[in-house]
Amino acid sequence: MPISLKVNGERIEALVLPRLNLADFLREHLKLTGTHVGCEHGVCGACTVRVDGEIVRSCLMLAVQMHGASVETIEGLSDSGEVADLQAAFRERNALQCGFCTPGMLIAAQDLLKQNSEPDRERIRQHLSGNYCRCTGYQAIIDAVENTARARMGRQS
Amino acid sequence: MTVSPAKPEGLSELDRPNSYIGKIVPRPNLERLMQGRGLYVSDVELPRMGHVVFLRSPYAHAKIVGIDATEAGRMPGIHAIVTGEQLSSVITPWVGVLSHLKGLKSAPQHAIAIDRVCWQGEAVAAVVAIGRAVAEDAAEIVKVEYQELDPVADMRTALDPETPVIHPCLGDNLAFERSLDAGRVDAAFADSDKVVEANFIFGRHTGVTLEPRAVVADWNAAEARLTIYQGTQAPHMVQNIAALHLGLEDAQVRVVCKDVGGSFGIKVHIYADEMATYALSKLLRRPIKFVADRIESFNTDIHARDHRCWGRIGVNRDGTITAFEIDDLTGIGPYSMYPRTSAIEANQVVNLVGGPYVTKNYRARARVVFQNKNVMCQYRAVGHPIACSVTEGLVDLAAAKIGRDPVEVRRHNLIADDAYPCTSPSGLRFEQLSHHAAMNKLIAMMDYDALRAEQAALRKRNIHRGIGIANFIEVTNPSAAFYGVGGARISSQDGVAVRLDAQGSVICQTSITEQGQGSESLTAQIVGSVLGVSMERVRVILGDTDNTPYGGGTWASRGAGIGGEAALQAAKILRKNVLDVAAAILQSSPGELDIANNVVVNANDGSPRIELRELARIVYFRPDTLPPGIQPELMATRHFVPREYPFAFTNGVQASWLEVDTDTGFVKLLRHWVVEDCGTIINPQLVDEQIRGGVVQGLGAALFEKCIYDERGQLTNANMADYLVPMSGEMPDIDVGHVVSPTLETELGAKGAGEAGTAGAAAAVANAVNDALRPFGAIITEIPLTPQVILTALGRI
Repeated sequence: MPISLKVNGERIEALVLPRLNLADFLREHLKLTGTHVGCEHGVCGACTVRVDGEIVRSCLMLAVQMHGASVETIEGLSDSGEVADLQAAFRERNALQCGFCTPGMLIAAQDLLKQNSEPDRERIRQHLSGNYCRCTGYQAIIDAVENTARARMGRQS
Repeated sequence: MTVSPAKPEGLSELDRPNSYIGKIVPRPNLERLMQGRGLYVSDVELPRMGHVVFLRSPYAHAKIVGIDATEAGRMPGIHAIVTGEQLSSVITPWVGVLSHLKGLKSAPQHAIAIDRVCWQGEAVAAVVAIGRAVAEDAAEIVKVEYQELDPVADMRTALDPETPVIHPCLGDNLAFERSLDAGRVDAAFADSDKVVEANFIFGRHTGVTLEPRAVVADWNAAEARLTIYQGTQAPHMVQNIAALHLGLEDAQVRVVCKDVGGSFGIKVHIYADEMATYALSKLLRRPIKFVADRIESFNTDIHARDHRCWGRIGVNRDGTITAFEIDDLTGIGPYSMYPRTSAIEANQVVNLVGGPYVTKNYRARARVVFQNKNVMCQYRAVGHPIACSVTEGLVDLAAAKIGRDPVEVRRHNLIADDAYPCTSPSGLRFEQLSHHAAMNKLIAMMDYDALRAEQAALRKRNIHRGIGIANFIEVTNPSAAFYGVGGARISSQDGVAVRLDAQGSVICQTSITEQGQGSESLTAQIVGSVLGVSMERVRVILGDTDNTPYGGGTWASRGAGIGGEAALQAAKILRKNVLDVAAAILQSSPGELDIANNVVVNANDGSPRIELRELARIVYFRPDTLPPGIQPELMATRHFVPREYPFAFTNGVQASWLEVDTDTGFVKLLRHWVVEDCGTIINPQLVDEQIRGGVVQGLGAALFEKCIYDERGQLTNANMADYLVPMSGEMPDIDVGHVVSPTLETELGAKGAGEAGTAGAAAAVANAVNDALRPFGAIITEIPLTPQVILTALGRI
């Protein structure tokens, strides 16, 4: 089926099978391999991307559902600089080890920080509780998100 | 530490501009991973690459009567459908035994099953196609006729005479047995004031790496060379095993390991489907990619920890522990894994029980049996969580029996910090441990007395909180004693090559590997510190058998201690070589010179003499200007392997503070503390995060994780919705402290830290739950501590 969509701001026209999911479309057709596939059943959060501003699990969406939509992946969010401070906080705090969960984790964290500029640790833990990380034990990630929130508040005031 | 021989007046070694050892510095190359620009095996694509999907047995034990792939093979896009029989023309079977594990036996295992399947998930055919979805479509219509056989599911009856023998050629289902009897166990128990016993049950769980196992194998028939892209912890081991079974020389196999999406011991083994992928590439003369999906991961990634261990402890009223005795039983699936074997975990349990304590009276038996379930093998902290949970569970039971505080009883029995070197009843040699210092630090960090007071106050309000303590010892820096002596071609030495490039930057090739622990960082930190070069000018290359020295890789907490020492020694040689050249250029002597911040300086006052960039220019492009006879050598290689101690033991202690809801059975983790001693700390942040991550893996085992098999050997929860892993919402903050007892076997002094968190976390939680439930008289010695287990113990269900 033909679809027309925006990915990281670029217009894309593609012919896809109805069964193709968004994660495979991004990875295999557009070679945007920063979107990772961990469980393929919507539990691990590694494939988190943004569709029309909302975060979704790209393994649970079909490519054909993206017709007319705007998709943002970690590559786009990195190049635009939107999550640069969050990435810096992750680096400072060593909030990633193998890095496989990190793109999804960053996108989920950015989603929280857009909704809630001053989340407490409990709120951060809750918001990220759909993103699985086997390496860090989460604390460094929570610290990095908390630090970013504080820094953004500081910049605003 | 003696890495920096000369130092300017007034500056300590740690204050030198490039002294990175002991400091928090960000890991190099994190940006790549954070921007989604890493290269994991699942991202690798090659021209003409085929995708393999394995058709897997739905039965735990069955005869393969026939496979009909005629119709499937005719589908468009299918390259080939290959059975075990066909694949055996290019790859030989293997047997996962090692000679130092006396009596260990196993049966030949094929890359793809031939005639019979022995666990649910064993591959029976490979479907290779232009894409994974196409291969999956075809796999659905391959007809396999099975004749189901009786499975051996329960380890407790695996040795009964009426139970079928899985491999008749082996005579019985006993893979391995080890017994140990040290000291005077019977007399000690007879003379004890109290003897307490318990049965400890551990859920079978697995690693759940976020990136599943993945391989791209590329046999180039024209070069007669196989390139394997694989997320492995041990590239040279993979090279050797692939070559051995494909009839190649090691030199014909290159293993490339780029970014790895989690390993934890899951990716240190050789799996049948990976072997099949190598073989398919050779058979079909094209690159083949295999990426496990999540169900395959649950059914084929090694499982671990399925143990049932009876234990007893003798104790006197003064708190003296008089003896330990255990009888451990574990079921490992139908084959001993290759090449590290599946006897190591039980062997470790025998080695480690009672390890922190003084008593010399210790008896143990461990039996390892075959069963028709997925294979079990070494996963993070191999054997440690079992040994620690049994030991520390028994110590708590003993303390309760004599009515003493569990911390007090531990202090009474822990080996004294000045008693080293010493040897455990099981023969482990301890160079220097620090149990008492670690305990003192932990008690201060957690404010033990205040927590006890809080616990007592809350109990009056019907809030049930508990404190659990767990001491542990940890195997790190393994020598050849771990695998090499048993005949495995798994290197225990590591090598590092360091060179100055033509612009004065440093390129460092190391045989240790990176899966997120920070191998790259610690190598750059050490090399930068020794050379006086800033870290951003040190580039580390790892994970490529063509482009690194030969070595073991990263597993068993060996990267920092062994690979780090090799890096230090190589960098020292390069430093000397650089200073020799600098002295020749500057008409000085090497002893009068030093390197700091990428510049050769005067040793006495730090004044700059020549930049490394300029020195490199002269050496590489204008050697004609050097004094006669000078042949600069701006590359140095050193290897290291521990020779004095078979293992560098470390120690530590953990504490858990939690609340049990006695109505719902839910456990809320409130806080967790760890104090450990890994010797010299190269990067405190990396060590702390290793420990936190390890703790959370142990907490998963304590509360959630269990592979649930039914009586037919069917894994019933092979997905991430039903197999629960720790998520951020349930995990506590974890405080980490350190005691530092460097090993004197190396100049660096580093021991490992990768197992410490996982080793003791579950024991601390189990002790804390029992502590919380003390008013109810309930004692639980089973993990995971699910609400069902807790409510059952409370008599509520």
